[in-house]
Amino acid sequence: MKKKLYIFSVIILTLIPFKAISLIEVDITRGNLNPLPIAVSPLYIDESSKKIFFEETKIENLGSEITKVVENNLKTTGLFNPLSKDAFLQKPDIAHLKPRFEDWTLIKAQALITGKITIVEKKIRIEFRLWDVLANKEMLALAFTTVPNNWRRVGHIISDKVYERLTGEKGYFDTRIIYVAEEGPKTNRIKKLAIMDQDGFNTKYLTLGNELVLTPRFNPTNQMVTYLSYFRNLPRVYLLDIETGIQEVVGDFPGMTFAPRFSPDGKKIIMSFASEGNSDIYTMDLETRVVERITNHPSIDTSPSYSPDGKYICFNSDRSRYQQIYVMKSDGSNVKRISFGKGLYGTPVWSPRGDLIAFTKLHKGKFYIGVMRTDGSGERLLTENFYQEAPSWSPNGRVLIFYRETKTNDKGEGFSAKLWSIDLTGYNERLVTTKTDASDPSWSSLLSK
Amino acid sequence: MNLNKIFKNAFLIVLVSFVLSACATKTKQLGSQIQGDVYTGTDTVEYLASGVPDRVFFATNESVLTTASRETLRKQAAWLRKNPNINVVLEGHADERGTREYNLALGERRANAAKDYLMTYGISSNRISVISYGKERPVDSGSNPLAWSKNRRSVTVKAN
Repeated sequence: MKKKLYIFSVIILTLIPFKAISLIEVDITRGNLNPLPIAVSPLYIDESSKKIFFEETKIENLGSEITKVVENNLKTTGLFNPLSKDAFLQKPDIAHLKPRFEDWTLIKAQALITGKITIVEKKIRIEFRLWDVLANKEMLALAFTTVPNNWRRVGHIISDKVYERLTGEKGYFDTRIIYVAEEGPKTNRIKKLAIMDQDGFNTKYLTLGNELVLTPRFNPTNQMVTYLSYFRNLPRVYLLDIETGIQEVVGDFPGMTFAPRFSPDGKKIIMSFASEGNSDIYTMDLETRVVERITNHPSIDTSPSYSPDGKYICFNSDRSRYQQIYVMKSDGSNVKRISFGKGLYGTPVWSPRGDLIAFTKLHKGKFYIGVMRTDGSGERLLTENFYQEAPSWSPNGRVLIFYRETKTNDKGEGFSAKLWSIDLTGYNERLVTTKTDASDPSWSSLLSK
Repeated sequence: MNLNKIFKNAFLIVLVSFVLSACATKTKQLGSQIQGDVYTGTDTVEYLASGVPDRVFFATNESVLTTASRETLRKQAAWLRKNPNINVVLEGHADERGTREYNLALGERRANAAKDYLMTYGISSNRISVISYGKERPVDSGSNPLAWSKNRRSVTVKAN
């Protein structure tokens, strides 16, 4: 199924009220012990629209299904407490016009989402509003149109707009995760590239599992993927077009290339090239095919990550004997070590906000996911485990997704690998649902910009 | 001297010597499998030909060849000289106690260390290719020092 990314037409119906009443706000910089009680009223849909939609998608109650997507998203942030629908007093068809705020205050809601869907010429048109229940005020009103098959994305976009209005930060719900789906015994794992919505739905496999595939990354427009493949027993970096499924090898290197990422402008691939026992970082321009050598050192240099402005690269090197994190200018000059704590450091990833670098740390037999400022100061470890690695940032730089392996005993029995996420605050650690075992997750940017 | 006391002392001596010999046996067992963090056992080792082991092992984060490794590689070189039509692939591996991409590079470095040594014994580089599997193909899926030591290896495989 080819899911096209349709353009949404967004019409802003009203703006933020101009009176200086302080409306509800959610602080995302701290651990949140009091999630905001929010009521998500099922979107109102008229009978004929309901019938047309059911014919198209076999989904019975679109209004409820979309709100389920929104509730689930808001719940997983740990910041919101979506209230149970059984308690709702106002029906969707009345609520979306102007809510009777007393009804909502009665069930202790502080925020309320209402809305309406209609089918217009084979497309769905959505209008929704966010209300501050206590202040009796409308906080946000938006409308947009899309194709019926994109109904889950409607829920994600509503979630993003609500999150942004209440926290002041951009959301991360209308996004996808690319990862490696794993099956089989540890000594002979079958790995495939998989892509899914960030809430675990719409999983699609991009490769068949006939050859080992590792470490996939999206390009900035989320239409291409770069990854390592052992096709024909030759480990090389490849490019894959998600829509067409066409794969091509990147460049013509006489040895293993690996650890690929896109530059922030999407024009280059940066990766490691291993030759005669030495791994260095190279870039290749996708259009001109010009290859540039960025590091030139007899140590292992790998896991490169650009700063969001493209001016710097952080990377992993053992030039001081063990794995540490370094930062250099994007032309390879000015190499500076930034990790100095006890232990080994790897997988550095620059936050999309530009302010922090996340990493994996190994110390005294335990693995940690942590962050540090781009000069190496302020190291903070977020989570500790017997085996976990490879953090990837949400597009708003507030959540990290990574993977964790567990075994039931030290003989390696009962092996499984799963994706987990944790907030930058160190709170809200949770399991990310995947259909199979999973590793090497990478988060896309927002699908709708 | 008091007979009781003699018996008591003798009993204690016997008891202590049992305990000590048990300890000695235990270290001897582990000692025969790992030395200086490098696997020295024969479990998981296969043979390219009679008396020619197919693999060498490494310490954590190292790609240095031990004396035993060099001896194994000399035997491999001798066998390759006797069989000039055979080409080989050296597969480099790492254990799971490291990040994925670094381990790919480490496996490559280990396999190349073995390749360089074979070349100093006259095997031409166009008979030897190298591939790294990082930590993707452990031979032992356990999470203990013995399992990890068996996984830190470079394996010589016949290519034709």
